[in-house]
Amino acid sequence: MAKIYIENIPYEVADGQNLLQACLTLGFDLPYFCWHPAMHAVGACRQCAVKQFKDEADTKGRIVMSCMTLAEEGIRISIDDPEARAFRAGVIELLMTNHPHDCPVCDEGGECHLQDMTVMTGHAYRRYRFTKRTHRSQNLGPFVQHEMNRCIACYRCVRFYQDAAGGRDLDVFQWHNHVYFGRANDGPLENELSGNLVEICPTGVFTDKTFKRHYARPWDLQTAPSVCGHCSLGCNTIPGERGGRLRRIRTRFHGEVNGYFLCDRGRFGYEFVNSARRVRWARVKQKEVPAAEAVAHVAALAGGGRVIGIGSPRASLESNFALRALVGAECFYSGLAAKEQALAALVLEILREGPARAASLHEAACADAVLLLGEDVTQTAPLLAASLRQAVLTQPIEIATKLNIHRFHDAAVREALQKEKGPFFVATADATKLDDIATTVFREAPEEVARLGFAIARGVQGDAPPVVDLPPERRQAAGLIAETLRNAQRPLVVAGVAGGSAEVIQAAANVAWALCAAGVPAKLLLVLPECNSLGAALLGGGDLEAAAQAVRSGAAETVIVLENDLTRRAGTETVEAILSAPHVVVLDAIENATTARAEVVLPAATFAETNGTLVNNEGRAQRFFQVFEPEGEVRGSWRWLGEIEQKLKIKNEKLKIDSDGEEKRSSVPQQSWGLQRQEEAERFDEVVAAMVRAMPELAGVVEAAPGAGFRVAGEKIPRQAQRQSGRTAVPGEASAEERSVPADADTALAFSMEGYAGIPPAALVARYRRPGWNSNQAINKYQQEVGGPPRGGDAGKRLFDAAGLREKPYFSTAPAAFVRRAGELWVTAAWHVFGSEELSVLSPGVAELSPEPYLGLSPEDAAALGAKDGDLVELRIAGGPAHRLRARVRPALVAGVATLPAGLGELAAMELPAWGKAVTIGRTEGGAA
Amino acid sequence: MLTEQERAEIEVHAACYLHRRAAGPEALKVVQAHRGWVSDEALADVAEALGVTATELESLATAYTMIFRRPVGRHVILLCDSVSCWVMGYERLVEHLRSRWGVALGETTADERLTLLPAACLGACDRAPALMIDGVLYGDLTVEKLDRILEGLK
Repeated sequence: MAKIYIENIPYEVADGQNLLQACLTLGFDLPYFCWHPAMHAVGACRQCAVKQFKDEADTKGRIVMSCMTLAEEGIRISIDDPEARAFRAGVIELLMTNHPHDCPVCDEGGECHLQDMTVMTGHAYRRYRFTKRTHRSQNLGPFVQHEMNRCIACYRCVRFYQDAAGGRDLDVFQWHNHVYFGRANDGPLENELSGNLVEICPTGVFTDKTFKRHYARPWDLQTAPSVCGHCSLGCNTIPGERGGRLRRIRTRFHGEVNGYFLCDRGRFGYEFVNSARRVRWARVKQKEVPAAEAVAHVAALAGGGRVIGIGSPRASLESNFALRALVGAECFYSGLAAKEQALAALVLEILREGPARAASLHEAACADAVLLLGEDVTQTAPLLAASLRQAVLTQPIEIATKLNIHRFHDAAVREALQKEKGPFFVATADATKLDDIATTVFREAPEEVARLGFAIARGVQGDAPPVVDLPPERRQAAGLIAETLRNAQRPLVVAGVAGGSAEVIQAAANVAWALCAAGVPAKLLLVLPECNSLGAALLGGGDLEAAAQAVRSGAAETVIVLENDLTRRAGTETVEAILSAPHVVVLDAIENATTARAEVVLPAATFAETNGTLVNNEGRAQRFFQVFEPEGEVRGSWRWLGEIEQKLKIKNEKLKIDSDGEEKRSSVPQQSWGLQRQEEAERFDEVVAAMVRAMPELAGVVEAAPGAGFRVAGEKIPRQAQRQSGRTAVPGEASAEERSVPADADTALAFSMEGYAGIPPAALVARYRRPGWNSNQAINKYQQEVGGPPRGGDAGKRLFDAAGLREKPYFSTAPAAFVRRAGELWVTAAWHVFGSEELSVLSPGVAELSPEPYLGLSPEDAAALGAKDGDLVELRIAGGPAHRLRARVRPALVAGVATLPAGLGELAAMELPAWGKAVTIGRTEGGAA
Repeated sequence: MLTEQERAEIEVHAACYLHRRAAGPEALKVVQAHRGWVSDEALADVAEALGVTATELESLATAYTMIFRRPVGRHVILLCDSVSCWVMGYERLVEHLRSRWGVALGETTADERLTLLPAACLGACDRAPALMIDGVLYGDLTVEKLDRILEGLK
């Protein structure tokens, strides 16, 4: 701690900070633009000037930039000094000379940091009377709107885009008044984190283009705390709705998970919620029916016995559990294909039972040596790529420390580091977007990646299993990596299930465990495919093949499918078997190939329309809350299923009475939520409580967020800003009545602008706004220390944690060497951040950036097939149907391995990796599969 | 497409730096020396040769006023507009160039003979007013002297 004096009053502040951060933490309102807690200081904007005094006797002082000055012991400053005030007012007046003052038509208006800072400095009247310089703005693709004329040249955008995100297609051009931030040419921003520019930019240069298409003023949005559902990382979000439509997604700060950022899939993938393909009304045999009728129908089916439930890794724990409770644990299936399920279970076993702790994204960013095995994380977990870009700076930062440069001096630190990078080893079959920061890149087939991992583990610890027939140079490389990891203080091993290889995951676990055994606190980060993959693994149940078997054998006559398009998950044979059951009930939000086959379709709520808990890839249970009341009879799946169970119970009780004690055969389990009255069964917290009773391991779910009874000063947390306008006018076209406010008995949030206006626990933060701070920079005020964890701690609860003391035997068998087969290709899945995920691709912008189906070929294999880039090829996998695809020559891809884009159309259900045969058709136009 | 000659010259410069990106300004000067200016296509080619993106190289190119990103005339006149030259008759020269030679600051003549650009300083205050044409410095200028110089240019 250091004692600093502000206006001659002493304050204690943490060591090593700059004055700006210290002042903001102390609660002073000091204006700034270029500084950002995640990107530190460069002193570009000169806005945060304060007066510094030599000692008590010094009355003259000198102006310094608070962001560039260490808050060191004994320093004396003044924020209120008239000269400092005048300086700050002068700076903003200069910055504003070319600003168009177009707030009324600017999308940033009302949550603009530039507006806030202008008001804060008191620059109320414009004196500049000359022509403003103007720029031509660029088309930056479907996500980010560009309006360069609003720029105040703080340089935050390029610093974020290049330094944090690793992007190379946004830069600064020209000098002084002509400074321009953009691309060399119009075109979509290439980086997967480009959407953060919207929040990084302190004014309206970069705004959300998807929001623009259905714009509402930020203070008119109804918002609630939420969790992203488009990958397994579980980034925290704040979706905003108005008039029944979801308008946009913003970041909710989480110290351990996503920090201040989101990826573009998470930020812009929300539009499926507004899709014309939404299921809005219950349907029985293709006919819309009232909800009660549909519930009665399903209850009748379920009451007939022989009912099974198929869960989903994209549905919440509560919805999955409600299904499990309805059909009984033994009749509950996870909704995953056999292979996917085995991989998810493997990851769960490793994280739950092994000695290595699952790393959060923040912990990943703090790692000082990283081994990445097999996973193209930029495509499967984009924000992790940003963490790894941080991690490679952990070791080099020492260079700056030795030169007495404080971490917050960002430009000086980068100058000292030059291109120095810490150890980061990448082993994948094809090029990744992280290769540019890798110490060493190994281009190998998945089996060889696993073997390298096993060899590294062996190199760390002699009792780890050996790898046979490893070439000497590879053994040596493994030894060097092992040594580097062992010498690190916080090594990290990253892998994932996208490649479909259990051995690669086992290899990653072995390396981390070997390091733990050697006394190095290694962490593991395993990427899963979906937002609740780990939750699905925790709930267990048989795989889809087992479900198909149950139908085939006649054990199941009614199949209830929860938020799961089976046709994307498993082969035709399995899916046909399941869907050929006499009665198929599907709960889903979007019409798909599975709902099309269902006897009963129940309209399920999306993440924005109900509450639920997701378990991310580190085992953190996180709650998402309902943002708005959807149109139609849309309900959370857990609620539908609860109603069905209640109906069934009432009927069973009636049956029991009617049958005069005669035993009625029913496969409906006797276990239930132990509730008496129907209205109670519908309470969300009761579902959670019942789940925890049934599965004590999920106890932490209760703590993921405060329950429905939580109040601050007797009040609920409002979903609407106090400035919300036109509540009665929104539905004005249809009705002149003032609609009643929907009640929310399930959560501590209210569909209202009334309630506790202060800072709630992080899990309940529905917006960032404090007096004078209307932009997301208000996050400062929600943190204990600026840049640190939120007040009251981070949201969510880890369900399990490695103590570091446990011992688990190594996975014993390294796979055999990869042997190419003549005339065949080892076809693996290539994930695409835009396109591979089921729901986000329904957003027009994401669809625009999604690739066409293709077959990725190494140059060698392409030559052998006589295929040039763009040629049509026909691929046949293990006797399956032929797929006509365009060949894409992948210069870095390992020979013998081919890639198919994951999750695209008919390719989604393909079980990969698998051996396939390809033939070249030629350059014929059209007919691409 | 870069010519073999250009490529070879760029490689000489690239070899002088730890990171190829650092050779950006020199590489752009190579292209400009051969072609008079740097077109979008040339910029993309140089970027590829140096292993940087077009955007990154454009950032460098636009930071240097002497890298021409638009076509220039056969002769580029850099007219000094700093204090000494201004005091000693810079404005007279600007006006004469406009009326007699038909070229204003930032413009190129229709016959692509002359381009006139302002220069912040030519380091020739003792010989003000001064200008530089195709790398040759001319000082103590009068309107007559300027005419003689320009008449000598093709």
